[in-house]
Amino acid sequence: MDLARLKEINPWCHALTLLPGEARAPVRLYANAELLRGMDAKVLEQIANVARLPGLVGAAMTMPDAHWGYGFPIGGVAAFDAEAGGIISAGGVGFDIACGIRCLRTNLDRATLAPRLERLADLLFRAIPAGVGEEGEIKLSPGELDAVMRGGAQWALGHGYGVAADLDYIEERGCVAGAVPAEVSDLAKRRQRGEMGTLGSGNHYLEIQVVERIYDAAAAAAYGLAEGQVLVSIHCGSRGLGHQVGTDYLLTLAKAAGRLGIRLPERELACAPIKSPEGQQYLGAMNAAINIALANRQILTHLARAAFAEVLPGAELETLYDVSHNTCKVETHVVDGKPRRLHVHRKGATRAFGPGHAALPARYRAAGQPVIIGGSMGTGSWILAGNPEEQNGAFASASHGAGRAMSRHQALRKWHGRELIHELAVNGILIRTRSMRGAAEEAPGAYKDVDLVADTTEKAGLARRVALLRPKACVKG
Amino acid sequence: MHEPIAYFEHDADMGIVGRGTLIEEAFENAAAAVFAMMTDLGQVDLREHVVIEFEEADAEFALVTWLNLLLGQARSRALILGRFHLRRDGARWSGSAEGEPWRAGLERGVEVKGATLTGLAVTQRDGIWEARCVVDV
Repeated sequence: MDLARLKEINPWCHALTLLPGEARAPVRLYANAELLRGMDAKVLEQIANVARLPGLVGAAMTMPDAHWGYGFPIGGVAAFDAEAGGIISAGGVGFDIACGIRCLRTNLDRATLAPRLERLADLLFRAIPAGVGEEGEIKLSPGELDAVMRGGAQWALGHGYGVAADLDYIEERGCVAGAVPAEVSDLAKRRQRGEMGTLGSGNHYLEIQVVERIYDAAAAAAYGLAEGQVLVSIHCGSRGLGHQVGTDYLLTLAKAAGRLGIRLPERELACAPIKSPEGQQYLGAMNAAINIALANRQILTHLARAAFAEVLPGAELETLYDVSHNTCKVETHVVDGKPRRLHVHRKGATRAFGPGHAALPARYRAAGQPVIIGGSMGTGSWILAGNPEEQNGAFASASHGAGRAMSRHQALRKWHGRELIHELAVNGILIRTRSMRGAAEEAPGAYKDVDLVADTTEKAGLARRVALLRPKACVKG
Repeated sequence: MHEPIAYFEHDADMGIVGRGTLIEEAFENAAAAVFAMMTDLGQVDLREHVVIEFEEADAEFALVTWLNLLLGQARSRALILGRFHLRRDGARWSGSAEGEPWRAGLERGVEVKGATLTGLAVTQRDGIWEARCVVDV
């Protein structure tokens, strides 16, 4: 990215200057110069397009891990006010609706894990359906699927997947309001038939990790984290149903935008006024897909617990937190001193509520919400804590991952899956996957420096670092 | 001479290209480009049949609709598709595809979630149709 049009607000936040005659809202890029230089120019083009959408409140923003997406950049954040003609955009949420990370803390330490790691990795790989073409054991009738869309993780719990305490540590207690299964197409429902309790492909994973270093002792204590402790992170989303909802509404909203006279700088920004029939239909379908994702991660948690119990009897896996990073959520934020109900789009960005927020479980209320930054399978991941909103400045949002540094095609030319897996094993990281191509595309070197992303996230005031996690074994889709 | 299938760069996802002397052929090759990301199409046994019918006057929206209907049908029936046919009559598109249920011996690539409107273009140049878009993986 050429930095010529950017003005430094501080070393970790830059604004896009307006061209003469250019009509759009402000654009803020939370990143230092090094991260910005590594970003594709399309990131700037895409977020500037977002800033032209109707009803935007404040600035259109990107997080430090931003990269080129479709419509919105990945790492894009934008809030819209329904009362001011604000829109909802399928391209602002993405195809994998409510893709997110469930992090589990265990009562195990590095030494206990080490002799059982290989067996555990093998068993998890057998127990967790992962990768293209893999189906789960759960087959739901249309009526049951409707119940999942309404109930989310609460449905899963009611059917024996998980423990009641899990719900306390999931956004919205595992079930978002406003899901309307009738707005989800039959094809979307059919796509989900064999996909409950599956991990998916691409950058999705189930990873066994060890806490390498604690950076914020108070927040770590609140989150129940200690150095050497074993964690499990599950990264996946709403599977086929969510993908089809994204697909269906992309065209529906693109056509609605044309009919309603909304001038789209790019068709992928397909959107409709929140209050329009199409906007309300998408909201109902999107919320249904969010609940599918929450149920899916709940089921995967159950499968992971069963595998751990077989290999390490006495292992306890408690939900640390579950947070999605592809959503549009209705939230109240203070803007110019006044609380406003906003539709906050986070596409590849994590919600990051600060200390004292009423939506947080009592245990985390003093520390702020756990923010999970998933890294690559060879480097590391981070847990951060949300900051007060006046410090965050991005509608309580933060980074969600390392962010890609190169395309999948470039990665395929540079790495071979089998060699990469061998190299990682030599370095003590076990990879289990059916896809050598997928492994190459997900090579650690294809991602940005996750430590720099976490550091910039902290310096920009978006969230503060709590713990660095290192991968030990990874089931990849 | 034109390459029937190609790919173009995109940070997080993948750009696919299908080419042909007819627009239908370009769309068929675009579908092959998508499904070749999931497996080696040469290994796919063509014993199951999928029918696709839709109406769309806009050629670019038609490309996205075609690809997404194929992806949707394949996923809903747990199939991998390996051969594609499409005919156009004005705004009416009639297509089909053949493939088989996923099985252990098939190479596993990456799952394609959907075709997007990003990088979307259907053009004709020097007698060759080209259909392209970014697909989400």
